[in-house]
Amino acid sequence: MHNKPQLFHPQAEAALANPELRANFRGAMDYLRDKRQTAFADPDEESAIRDRAEAIRQRCLSKLPTLLEQLEANCIANGIRVHWAENAEQANALFADIIQSHGGTLAVKGKSMVSEEIELNHAMAKEGIDCLESDMGEYIVQLGDETPSHIIMPAIHKNKQQVADLFAEHVPGFKHTLDVDTLIRTGRDVLREKFRNADIGVSGVNFAVAETGTLCLVENEGNGRMCTTVPEVHIAITGIEKVVEFLADVPPLFSALTRSATGQTITTYFNMISGPRKSDELDGPKEVHLVLLDNGRSQAFVDEEMRKTLQCIRCGACMNHCPVYTRIGGHAYGTVYPGPIGKIISPHLMGLEATQDLPTASSLCGACGEVCPVRIPIPELLQRLRREAKQEPRPGVPALRGQGAAKSNLEAFVWRSFSLLTSKPLLYQIMSWCATRLRGLIPGKLGPWTRCRTAPRPAARTLRELMAKRNK
Amino acid sequence: MSTARNAILNRLLQAQVKPLPVNNPDYPVWDNTDQHAMLTRLTELLQQNHADVIRLNRGELIATLKTRIDKMALKRIATGTGGDFHAEITEALTDCAEQVPFDQPLEQWKDELFNRVDAGITGCHGAIAATGTLVLWPGPAEPRTLSLVPPCHIAILKASTLHANLPAMMADQGWAGGMPTNLLLVSGPSKTADIQQTLAYGAHGPKQLLVLILEDA
Repeated sequence: MHNKPQLFHPQAEAALANPELRANFRGAMDYLRDKRQTAFADPDEESAIRDRAEAIRQRCLSKLPTLLEQLEANCIANGIRVHWAENAEQANALFADIIQSHGGTLAVKGKSMVSEEIELNHAMAKEGIDCLESDMGEYIVQLGDETPSHIIMPAIHKNKQQVADLFAEHVPGFKHTLDVDTLIRTGRDVLREKFRNADIGVSGVNFAVAETGTLCLVENEGNGRMCTTVPEVHIAITGIEKVVEFLADVPPLFSALTRSATGQTITTYFNMISGPRKSDELDGPKEVHLVLLDNGRSQAFVDEEMRKTLQCIRCGACMNHCPVYTRIGGHAYGTVYPGPIGKIISPHLMGLEATQDLPTASSLCGACGEVCPVRIPIPELLQRLRREAKQEPRPGVPALRGQGAAKSNLEAFVWRSFSLLTSKPLLYQIMSWCATRLRGLIPGKLGPWTRCRTAPRPAARTLRELMAKRNK
Repeated sequence: MSTARNAILNRLLQAQVKPLPVNNPDYPVWDNTDQHAMLTRLTELLQQNHADVIRLNRGELIATLKTRIDKMALKRIATGTGGDFHAEITEALTDCAEQVPFDQPLEQWKDELFNRVDAGITGCHGAIAATGTLVLWPGPAEPRTLSLVPPCHIAILKASTLHANLPAMMADQGWAGGMPTNLLLVSGPSKTADIQQTLAYGAHGPKQLLVLILEDA
């Protein structure tokens, strides 16, 4: 029932035709853009922090295999158990193993896009494990059996009326109200019971520090702290690219992240976890596990240009500023990561065959690249992926999964003909002469182009002819 | 799953990426070590983020705690079993509210902490003026959940432990040389804007954060 990237076009059309959805996104995007602008009031400061953040991410990626081994060693020294997974299936198997070895049946989850990526909730449900979202937005999304439509604000596609209706349907004893404080209190009350009873806490990771074996979590609600503190077992999952070299790399990235994401100088909580409960401590999980997931990231890594995709710190600024995302919303893409970053990361996670339409869903206006706190050249990467979707692998360039999936013989023929026409003057003149004389024969319907546009009509005479006449 | 580990690392190594040297372009951070300026900034930012802040001298701590607890009608208050202010907290709670010491593992009194405690009192490891942030360094004497589970968190901070910004504090105290199991930065009561971008306090953590800053300590 959930959307698919293969159906991007119909999904985008449906979203565009939904005025309530569009109003929800318009309002939310305007809000987030204003917040970011206020947080980066000084353009020099903005530029300086982005330079620093980019330099850190590039350095850390340049040493990725070494840093991952260092992270692993330091985590193990701190008592954190480290696991590796090549794909979603392996990651879910690891989760099931750990949870079942504790006889666990209820897991509470803090916000983690990587856990969405592996569809953890569904995989655990098959094992008889209830995996409950605890971030307010994620909780709302889960109640409605939906997926997040934004990586920072998962329920941004819903307004309070829709949230209240959802609570009325699913939360026993809920009295319908549009008062947001009451709605939040309702979620709080339901989830506090779950935090108290859960066997397992699951979280993502914002930064994993190789130097100290520390997992950092950024949040405002306190559910991340609950998930990583109250249950007896904490399992953190992260993509392999999230590792940073030094603890001192964290403050600038953290600042770039919160300001870009929600315009906050700092979030309410910054939670740094460096191990399970020690023998003299009275709370905290008795076991901490870290799952390192590849799932296509190494494909992006081996290509120098596409490696920049992995600089991402998941702030969501690119979606907030994207004219396409603002209009079609997060679900239309049919991928876990929507918007500009989704268009450049999803081809690595899911292959270009499934995601071939996504890189084309951009006007290449460049807004995403201009706001990216780690300066990922998103527009350039979109163009690169468009090319790779159309072309067979070539020697010396690592092939992508699904490379050439969008290749079309007709299109290739058209481009070859165009190239021939525009490089042979005589041929060009003959063709343009014909086009002007036969212009009445151009059909009025030219496929998708003319669905909302008038067909182009060549002029009656070529420019060359007009100039020749004038100069007589 | 060491096969997965080796396969992933091998793929990454195949790229033969040249390690980049450390290059840290400067970026501006608020950096003023004047005590008065730091205190003012900390107070203002905490208040902007919806925390209640009281500045006082250490001699006034007991009386202030009593007044506030009375005003906020807090009946049962969880405390640590040690820390800088343990004696003063204990004295303040006498005849004022029921003191519930965190002296057993969480799982033995989870239900009580979640449902029958009105507030938790902790000290602070320090604070950061630049962002209006308290630094908590929980341990056996003041466990992690003391500042998380009760609906109200009362934090006591010595003004002398204030730092200008996070990078300075990390460097001065050598955090990279030894991190505790859990280190927390707290910059206000729990909040969320997940429903139609409307800010609401008390999402999952404390709804109220009261910060007592001891100016002479």
